Amino acid sequence: MSTEADTASASHDAIATVVGLAAALRAVGVPATTDRVQQLVACLDRLDPSSREQMYWAGRLTLCSTPDDIRRYDRVFAAYFAGALPHVEERPSRPRRRRIERVTGAGDSAEGQEMQAEAETRELQASTHELLRHKDVTTLTPEERAELQRLLEAFWLPGQFRRTRRLAPARRGRLDPQRTVREMLQSAGEPSRLRYRDRRFRPRRVVLLLDVSGSMGAYADVLLRFAHAARRRVQAPTEVFTMGTRLTRVTREMGHREPDLALAAVSRAVPDWEGGTRLGEKLREFLHEWGQRGLARSSVVVVLSDGLERGDATLLGEQMARLSRLAFRVVWANPRKGHPGYAPLAAGMAAALPHVDAFCDGHSLAALERLAATVVGAVNAAQGPPLRARGAAPPPRPAQHGG
Amino acid sequence: MSQPAGLLPEGMTSPHDFVEALERHGYLADLGLGTACYLGLTLSRPLFLEGEPGVGKTEVAKTLARLLQAPLIRMQCYEGIDVSQALYDWDFPRQLLHLRSIETVAGIGGGKWTDVDSVEGELYDRRFLIPRPLLQALETTPSVLLVDEVDRADDEFEAFLLEVLSDFTVSIPEIGTVHADTPPVVVVTSNRTREVHDALKRRCLYHWLDHPSFDREVAIVRMRLPHASERLTEQVTAAVQALREADLVKPPGVAETLDWTQALVALGAEELDAELMALTLGSVLKYHEDQERARTLDFATLPGVQPAAGR
Repeated sequence: MSTEADTASASHDAIATVVGLAAALRAVGVPATTDRVQQLVACLDRLDPSSREQMYWAGRLTLCSTPDDIRRYDRVFAAYFAGALPHVEERPSRPRRRRIERVTGAGDSAEGQEMQAEAETRELQASTHELLRHKDVTTLTPEERAELQRLLEAFWLPGQFRRTRRLAPARRGRLDPQRTVREMLQSAGEPSRLRYRDRRFRPRRVVLLLDVSGSMGAYADVLLRFAHAARRRVQAPTEVFTMGTRLTRVTREMGHREPDLALAAVSRAVPDWEGGTRLGEKLREFLHEWGQRGLARSSVVVVLSDGLERGDATLLGEQMARLSRLAFRVVWANPRKGHPGYAPLAAGMAAALPHVDAFCDGHSLAALERLAATVVGAVNAAQGPPLRARGAAPPPRPAQHGG
Repeated sequence: MSQPAGLLPEGMTSPHDFVEALERHGYLADLGLGTACYLGLTLSRPLFLEGEPGVGKTEVAKTLARLLQAPLIRMQCYEGIDVSQALYDWDFPRQLLHLRSIETVAGIGGGKWTDVDSVEGELYDRRFLIPRPLLQALETTPSVLLVDEVDRADDEFEAFLLEVLSDFTVSIPEIGTVHADTPPVVVVTSNRTREVHDALKRRCLYHWLDHPSFDREVAIVRMRLPHASERLTEQVTAAVQALREADLVKPPGVAETLDWTQALVALGAEELDAELMALTLGSVLKYHEDQERARTLDFATLPGVQPAAGR
C-alpha cells in the first residue's frame, strides 16, 4: 500500500516538475504545448526517472521542434534544474481592440443633410488617405500614424505566382488517366469524355529581411507592421528576419493575429534594436543558416534597408551575388530612395545594386504598395527596365515532363 | 499505451541498450539518438530526424531495419507527390483488359451480363490495386517506413501524411479500411530546406542530429572503412573538423569524411599531406567558393596534415 502511494506521489512530483519546465520554456518562446507535455510524461514513464541525462533527452525529443528551440531548451533545462529559474517575462496584456470609431445616430429630422454631411466626411477622408499614402512615414503625426496602421492591416504580399508540380483537375492540360478511366469503367469500358489535369499555380514564398539598425529606426515600426500584414494573409508562408547586430528569425513571433501583440513579441525576441549593422555579415549568416538550405531558393527575397553598411562593402556585394543566384528575384526597398536628390552612393548600396532585380523605395504607404506590386510580379512601367536583366540565370521553371 | 512494446527487441530495457544494439549493427549513435529510437519504438511514435545533409539521417532508418530484421520501405518525397504515388493506385490498363475479357467471354457464350454489381466489384478487386510505400508499410508487420526528405514535399502532402501517421489507418473507398495493428517504425527525415508544419512535428519525437565529435567520427570511419590506416583516418577527420569550423558555404558532413577517406585509400595514401589534399579536395568540398577558400587556407596548418613531401 505504502509503496503504491509512494509511486503515485513520485509520478505526481514528476508531472509537477515537467509542467514547471514547460512553463519556463514557454516563457522563452518554445511552444511547449499541453499535448507535448503529455507526450513527455508518457516518455518518462518508460525511462529511468532518476537519470538527469534521460530526462534531458526525453524533454528535448518531445518539447522542441527546431534547432532554435534546442538552444533555448538547453539554457532553460540547465537553469531549471540548477534551481535558478530564468527570468520569466510577463506577457503583455492584450491591448483593447478598437471596435467602433464613432457612433452616428440615425437621422430623424434632416436626413438628407446628414447623408450629405456623411458623404463629405467620406470624401474628405478619402483625400486625407490619398495624402497619407504619399507622406513619408517618419513625418506623420500620431493620429496619422494610427490611421496608417489601420490601412496597413489591409495589406497583403503574395509572391509572384509559379506553376507547381502538383497536378489539379483542369479543363485542358495533360490527360488525367485516373479520372478518365474511372469514368470509362462506369460506362462499361466505352471511351467517354477525356479528363484533363494541369499544374497548379501558387504564390512563391516571400522572405523579408528587415534592417533594424539605428539609421532605419524611424521606419522600422511601419515596416514591421507591413511585414506582419504581409505574413498574415498569404497561403504560402512569408518568412521575416531582422538584421541588426544579430540576425533574428521573427516569423514565429509574427504569428499573433493582433499586430500590437506580434510587434511586442518581436521586440522581445530582437535584442539589437537600433544598433549598428554589418549587412554583409548578417546576410552571410542568413544565407548560411537559412537561405542556402532552401528558404531563399525560388522565392522572392525582399531586403528592407537603407544600405548603410558599417562593415566591408565588398562582402555585402559578394553575399548579394550569392543571394541573387539562389532566389527567384531579389527586391531591395530603400526608404531613403524616396527622398529628393537621393543617389545610391553609400558604398553598401552601390555594391548591392548590381545583384538586385528591382530597386524600390519604401518610405510611404504608396511606396509599399508599389513594393507589393513588384513582389507579385505586376510591375508598373515607372519601375524602369524589365526585371531579370541578368540573362545568365533564367527564372527557375520546373522542367516539362510527362506523368 | 501501457501495453508492452511490440517491436522493441527482447532484452532491451533502456536507451543504453539501444545505443549498443545500434552499434552492433553498424551505427555509432549517442545517447540522444538511442533515447529517440528507444522511445519511438516503445511508444510507437514516428521519429522526426533533422540535421545537415550527410550526418546520417537516412542511415538511421536503414540500421533500424537491420536491427529489427524488418524490410525497409522507402518513400522519397518531392514536390507534387500525391496519393496515387504515396498510398495506392489502381492498375487501369489491367482493369480495362479485364472488362474487355468479360465482354468477350459473355459474347461467346451468347448470354448477357446478368450481374452488373459483381462485374463492378471484380474491377475494384484487390489484385488491381497497386500498393505504394505507405500502404505497403501499413500492411507489412514489422516494417520500417522511411519518409525521406519530407521538406521537399508540399504542404498538402504534409497534411495527408499527418493523417496517416496519426492513426495508421487509411481508407480505400472501393475496398475498405486498412489498419495497421502494429504500426510500422516510421522515420521521417528533413534537411530543413523549409520549416515543416508544427502539427506534423508534434506527432513525432523530434531529434536534431549534429556533426559527431572527433572521437566518434574517427570511430565511425574506422567502422566503415577498416582498411584505411588509423593515422590517415585521424588526419582526415581532424582536417574535416577544422573545415567545418572554417566559414564555408557547405560544411562537409560525415558522408564527405567517408568519401574523402575512401578517395585517399584508393590513391594508396597512408598519410594525408598538403599535396594529396589539394588533389582530392573535390570529394570534400562541393562548392567552387569553398574550394577557392580552402586553397587560401594553408593546409599545413590544419591539424593532422603533414607538410607536402616535396617541400
